[in-house]
Amino acid sequence: MLPIGNYLFLSFTLFTIGVIGVLTRRNVIVMLMSIELILNAVNINLVAFSRYWGTVDGQVFAIFIITDAAAEAAVGLGIILAFFRNRQTVLADEMDMLRW
Amino acid sequence: MLNAFLFYFFAILAVGSAILMVTRRNIVHAAVFLITALLATAGIFLLLQAEFLFVTQIILYVGGIMVLFVFVIMLVNLDVSLQLVQFSRQRYVAVALAVVLAVQVLGAFWVGRTSVGAGPAQAIEAKNTEAVGQALFQHYLLPFEIASILLLVAMVGAVVMGKRRI
Repeated sequence: MLPIGNYLFLSFTLFTIGVIGVLTRRNVIVMLMSIELILNAVNINLVAFSRYWGTVDGQVFAIFIITDAAAEAAVGLGIILAFFRNRQTVLADEMDMLRW
Repeated sequence: MLNAFLFYFFAILAVGSAILMVTRRNIVHAAVFLITALLATAGIFLLLQAEFLFVTQIILYVGGIMVLFVFVIMLVNLDVSLQLVQFSRQRYVAVALAVVLAVQVLGAFWVGRTSVGAGPAQAIEAKNTEAVGQALFQHYLLPFEIASILLLVAMVGAVVMGKRRI
């Protein structure tokens, strides 16, 4: 195995790219995809440390995170679809009314 | 040697496609680049000898979640949004904040660079799937059940959100 710093640095790079994506894009779908990228970066961290310690606990946590990502994607995309049906837009800065 | 080559190959693939995903104008291209990044991450998992997670990543992320994303992208019309500005107004502040975050994490790396060595000597798990299954169904049984309830709630929520009149 390579030094764990390599994996941590890769995870950190992906995490930062995901943060930039969430903060700068207007399209809510791309923001959700960036969140998936962030969760994925965290998974790399967990699996790298799981390999580092020689146990599978980190991999089990990574499975839970993948489950969460699936649930989040399903509900989030459902919300986006409902919003699009009502307002005909998927831009984050158009979402400024509590009711219409 | 081969390990290092494969690591850098997958790492560069993941980072490059992640950058392209964030910057592309067309959402479908962004989704395809996200798929590439997730596949490269699956390769990283394989390098870390997490075979079960490697297969799970491909089946669940690439096969399940990304199909969902592409579905929704096709349902909302993207021809209109292609003409619009893709980045919100706070983008410079956002990038500056992300750089601050990056500097912080790099500082933490620099401080902790000596404490993380080669790691404890560990035996390589010969049967990764079996070990994951043992841990998941014995030690982590309660979180597993909670995760199943979470999936049920998410399913109900997605069905409610997908109704025509909400």
